[in-house]
Amino acid sequence: MARKLRILIAKPGLDGHDRGAKVVARALRDAGFEVIYTGLHQTPEMIAEAAIQEDVDAVGLSILSGAHMTLFPEVMRLLREKGAGDILVFGGGIIPKEDMEALYKMGCGRLFGPGTPTQEIIDYLREKFPDRT
Amino acid sequence: MNEYEEIRREKARWERCVDKGDIGSFQTVSGLPVEILYTPLDLTNFDYLRDLGFPGEYPFTRGIRHNMYRGRLWTMRQFSGFGTARDTNARYKFLLAHGETGLSVAFDFPTLYGRDSDDPMAMGEVGKCGVAISSLEDMETLFEGIPLGEVSTSMTINGPAAVLWAFYIVTAEKQGVPSERLRGTIQNDILKEYIAQKSWLFPPEPSLRIITDIMAFGAEHVPKWNTISISGYHIREAGSTAAQELAFTLKDGMTYVEAGIKAGLDVDTFAPRLSFFFNSHLDFFEEIAKFRAARRIWAREMREKFKARKPESWLLRFHTQTAGCTLTAQQPENNIVRTAFQALAAVLGGTQSLHTNSMDETWALPTEKAVLIALRTQQLIAEETGVINVIDPLGGSYYVEALTNQLEQQAYEYFKKIDALGGMVKAIEQGYPQREIAEAAYRYQKAVDEGRRTVVGVNKYVLEGEKLEIPILKIDPRVEEEQRERLARLRQRRDNARVQKVLLDLKAACAGKENVMYPILEAVRAYATLGEICGAMKEVFGTYAEPPMF
Amino acid sequence: MSELTIDNLLERFGRGDRRACGQILSLIENESTIATEILNRLYPAMGRAYRIGITGPPGAGKSTLVEKLALLSRKEGRSIGIVAVDPSSPFSGGAVLGDRVRMSALFTDPEVYIRSMATRGSLGGLAVRTKEVCDVLDAFGKEYIIIETVGVGQMELDIAEAADSTIVVLVPESGDSIQALKAGLMEIGEIYCVNKSDREGADRIVLEIETMLELRGKNDGWIPPVVKTSALTGTGIAELYEQIIAHRRYLEGSEALQKRRWQALRTEIQRLVEQKVRARLWQNQEINARLEELVTDTMQKKLSPYQAAETLLNEMVGNGKRRSSVRREGD
Repeated sequence: MARKLRILIAKPGLDGHDRGAKVVARALRDAGFEVIYTGLHQTPEMIAEAAIQEDVDAVGLSILSGAHMTLFPEVMRLLREKGAGDILVFGGGIIPKEDMEALYKMGCGRLFGPGTPTQEIIDYLREKFPDRT
Repeated sequence: MNEYEEIRREKARWERCVDKGDIGSFQTVSGLPVEILYTPLDLTNFDYLRDLGFPGEYPFTRGIRHNMYRGRLWTMRQFSGFGTARDTNARYKFLLAHGETGLSVAFDFPTLYGRDSDDPMAMGEVGKCGVAISSLEDMETLFEGIPLGEVSTSMTINGPAAVLWAFYIVTAEKQGVPSERLRGTIQNDILKEYIAQKSWLFPPEPSLRIITDIMAFGAEHVPKWNTISISGYHIREAGSTAAQELAFTLKDGMTYVEAGIKAGLDVDTFAPRLSFFFNSHLDFFEEIAKFRAARRIWAREMREKFKARKPESWLLRFHTQTAGCTLTAQQPENNIVRTAFQALAAVLGGTQSLHTNSMDETWALPTEKAVLIALRTQQLIAEETGVINVIDPLGGSYYVEALTNQLEQQAYEYFKKIDALGGMVKAIEQGYPQREIAEAAYRYQKAVDEGRRTVVGVNKYVLEGEKLEIPILKIDPRVEEEQRERLARLRQRRDNARVQKVLLDLKAACAGKENVMYPILEAVRAYATLGEICGAMKEVFGTYAEPPMF
Repeated sequence: MSELTIDNLLERFGRGDRRACGQILSLIENESTIATEILNRLYPAMGRAYRIGITGPPGAGKSTLVEKLALLSRKEGRSIGIVAVDPSSPFSGGAVLGDRVRMSALFTDPEVYIRSMATRGSLGGLAVRTKEVCDVLDAFGKEYIIIETVGVGQMELDIAEAADSTIVVLVPESGDSIQALKAGLMEIGEIYCVNKSDREGADRIVLEIETMLELRGKNDGWIPPVVKTSALTGTGIAELYEQIIAHRRYLEGSEALQKRRWQALRTEIQRLVEQKVRARLWQNQEINARLEELVTDTMQKKLSPYQAAETLLNEMVGNGKRRSSVRREGD
């Protein structure tokens, strides 16, 4: 039986703008995925631990505070350190193109800026995990 | 009755010739269905003197001043802040030189949460989305060369508002400006933090106590200062409809009035200093109607329900910001136009103060060029369009009056629902407004995803292979390091024994009934940092955990 | 998955590697064929954990209570597992699992393991594999396993079977629904908790519950206590915890715990047999072919459906011994 796609959606750091994260979480649920939503004010450590305990396929970070160049790499580093470097890290928010390129070079998954249709995120995840439903 | 009969007949005749058409959505942006045409038939219950009256008089529907913009333009107040206090000080001077008429401070996230720049949770966030202010020293740098007796300053700060206000008051003190001369606003609207912006510190009860302390202190020592800016902007940004923005904001306002009265204050001593902050969103007429409905509802509630006696207590003064959530990352130059329309709606709605967004804000904080265009947008409206010549020029429009009535009605329906839940604080504890907003946000996104709502440049008129051609502001990565060093030096220089003492006094005041502003000011004068002061208060008041609702 | 990989997983699991535990839990949850083998190999390590079930209507504050209980338990140095179950959307099959939001104080505690599960269409409040997930956490070394789920209405409530102590959490506003909750929630609780007890009506609902319980009578000779708590302020939590310990001691003392576990094991083995029989039966081509024939005969009124079933059974089993695969026990 094909496994369901399991995604962790998290708001790292102090940023409290969760409209996007909640909309994406709902959209993923409506696409049939299981979404673990961790809420606000998560440290990278908390996110990495949750991702491992829940054995998610991917972690989606939403950052609108400008702190993305610190938070994305830190989450990726912690996952690798804990033996879960294969968990995909992707995300969205307010991230200049230049920074997106830099994060991609570090191994980050796709970053979705404002205006992205939710279907695009769903398609991306389905494409990344073809053996999941 | 007779004249309506004839119009009704004629309208029915006209409708038979009308092909209703299939372009447009037949709804406002909020989903309110609208007719193709509005006539006197939509206002059969209209009473000019009762529903509109005259500007500067109850119920203030047409405006809060007798001469509105002919006497005084709205304040052009651009929300700004980034990097260090020095960086932001330069931006303020730039904006003032180019015609801005009021200052507005944007703080970084650590500051918004009452944390110093060297707090572990501040890592990566210092100076990124606002200016980093951890101490009185930072505040002094922020306003260096800016005479606080001559400008009005708005500070977007909520949980730690009392402390940042204290920094400002003491900075003015050091400039030789007494607090009685200070003009400005602190946002200090904790209820909407729980609902939308989510930068709270303490739980609801102590937060309300701090707010009433601030109101009392302001009434006595800083009479020209708006001690609260009851906000709908963030509620709208989180995805609410216009009616929800209107209803939740006004209900928050009423909750503060109740809290002030319960704390023993005479409503007329603090009500004139309550101010509001609204969003100006895409639907041109819906927004104008919303502003007018807000004024009428507030006037009525203040006079009839809260029995305020002074006209200054009845009138709703507000600042407006154009809607950030409507800006696109795609074809960002279009944002200049969106902002212009939204700014125009705010002016036609009678705003007292206005911030216009910059086109690049979907990518980063504004560059100098982008913020200048945003400022010019306001100046163009004021100087070239002629709309300031007449007060409430859309008054009497069948559509606008009908829409104003409708929004007012919807607001009262929400008031009833919230009352049934036991009031706003209880409603928030149960997650009611948060759920309403999350659902509205989801519906909106679905409509966009399914193409039922057009966003130019995003799902229609898209530019394939678009290249970003505007410059983007970069925050110097050294900011965090610099702040850390500054704090270290400050902690060494100051009288640490005195700091310990004032923090103990503060905690005692928090545990008791004394007005917290006095011990906070003492702590600030001793150069205790923001994090230290908030930390002390947290020890007594505890922290807040959001009710889980999805 | 190769033998090598399972060995590797189990080896890391044995060393306390949380990633390995997470991966094993996923294998278990998705009913893959390896799951049975893993469960077989882990079985000897199971049996130490005490399972606490927490259920009640949505909005009762269960997640906050779970966090507070876990924190108390951690102070005693216990290792905790938490399984939070939320309903899947009946339309899309997906789910938003948000119980973790309430437990962030526990996220970085290395001795607390939290796993969220979606019901995936299962109706009794738990997911099909919740019990097995608890088994794995048991083998992982967790001393207490708290299972949190939503319980409303009168459906059969899985939690009572899965947990050693079942706590039903209500709030003062539940008053009106107590009557409606007569069956189900009001039957299975071994400890009743009135949360948000600082609100109006708390004492009234405590009285209503106590009245209900008197009518219900005793469960294994245990009289369910009613505890008032306020998860946000922390009042009553220690008392609730004490009641859980008391219940455990009672069960252990009266051998009721042993009996329950015996019965549970018995039911489980029966259930597994039924599952296997059902699977094997209808996968068998011969039997299916025969079934088709009998359906045709029945359509032509040559025999009734009951006779058709009897015929098929007798042909398969031979001497008329009844297999329970086509009937539920007790029919």
